[in-house]
Amino acid sequence: MESFTPLSALLGGAMIGLASAILWVGNGRIAGISGIFGQLLPPAKTIIWRLVFLASMIGAAYLAYYFLPDLSVVGGQKFEQVKLIGSPLWIAIAGLLIGLGTKIGNGCTSGHGVCGLARFSLRSLVGVLIFFGVAIITVTITGVAR
Amino acid sequence: MNDSLKLPYLLVAAISGALFGGGLYISQMIDPLKVLRFLDFGAIPSGNWDPSLGFVIVAAIGVMFIGVRIADKRKMPLFNGKFHLPDVKKIDKPLVIGSSLFGAGWGMSGICPGPAIALIAFMPENLLIFLITMFAGSFLGHYAIKWIVANEA
Repeated sequence: MESFTPLSALLGGAMIGLASAILWVGNGRIAGISGIFGQLLPPAKTIIWRLVFLASMIGAAYLAYYFLPDLSVVGGQKFEQVKLIGSPLWIAIAGLLIGLGTKIGNGCTSGHGVCGLARFSLRSLVGVLIFFGVAIITVTITGVAR
Repeated sequence: MNDSLKLPYLLVAAISGALFGGGLYISQMIDPLKVLRFLDFGAIPSGNWDPSLGFVIVAAIGVMFIGVRIADKRKMPLFNGKFHLPDVKKIDKPLVIGSSLFGAGWGMSGICPGPAIALIAFMPENLLIFLITMFAGSFLGHYAIKWIVANEA
């Protein structure tokens, strides 16, 4: 378990929770990333705040890297070497399934996983159990993590 | 003027987005391999399993739970007329089908929508392919839901 990083996981997780809490109490919006970008597409109603949120998320990830370049270390690799796993076709299929699935199921790790579970939504709990279950089976069968 | 175009509303969106992106980086969930090493339950017997993602999601739910409690005591959010809850509450076919498809894609790649977008900051090879197909999938999903609901017995 040399790659286990409990402290940065708890700190980063708390920041994600705070982000979700601020958006909910402030604007009454669920911080579900698939929903935030999915509703940029037609028939879109509110676009500006979604673009602001996403641009800010990208900018903050870059700044965090700028100030803490050595933090993201997995298996001894520096962050510069972080890469997508699999061939371009594999990646394309994964992207398609994720876009399709999060739209049809109305939520992803953040919307169902963080916001939904914190609201004790039964619908989100079922969604989370299914997508975690299928993901765990997929990784175990394909061996992509090894 | 529409609430969602006012400055406080957009400022909240900006602060929330920044915390989200920073949290994804600090927790290292922006790294697909780190996520896959959590999902790889086959590695538990050998001791190579990485439970970090579980800690991330539990911490996030814990903090968000406080936010939910604060919101429950209010009639409306600070800068908007109402809380936007999802329209659908029941456990239906789209939820089961959609979550299964998402789980398969997540397990193939270790990327969920948050990290996919935050990774634009670093543009690793093939990210553009992923983003294009993810957006295309989301667009097609809008029509797929209608088809699934229409064919629901």
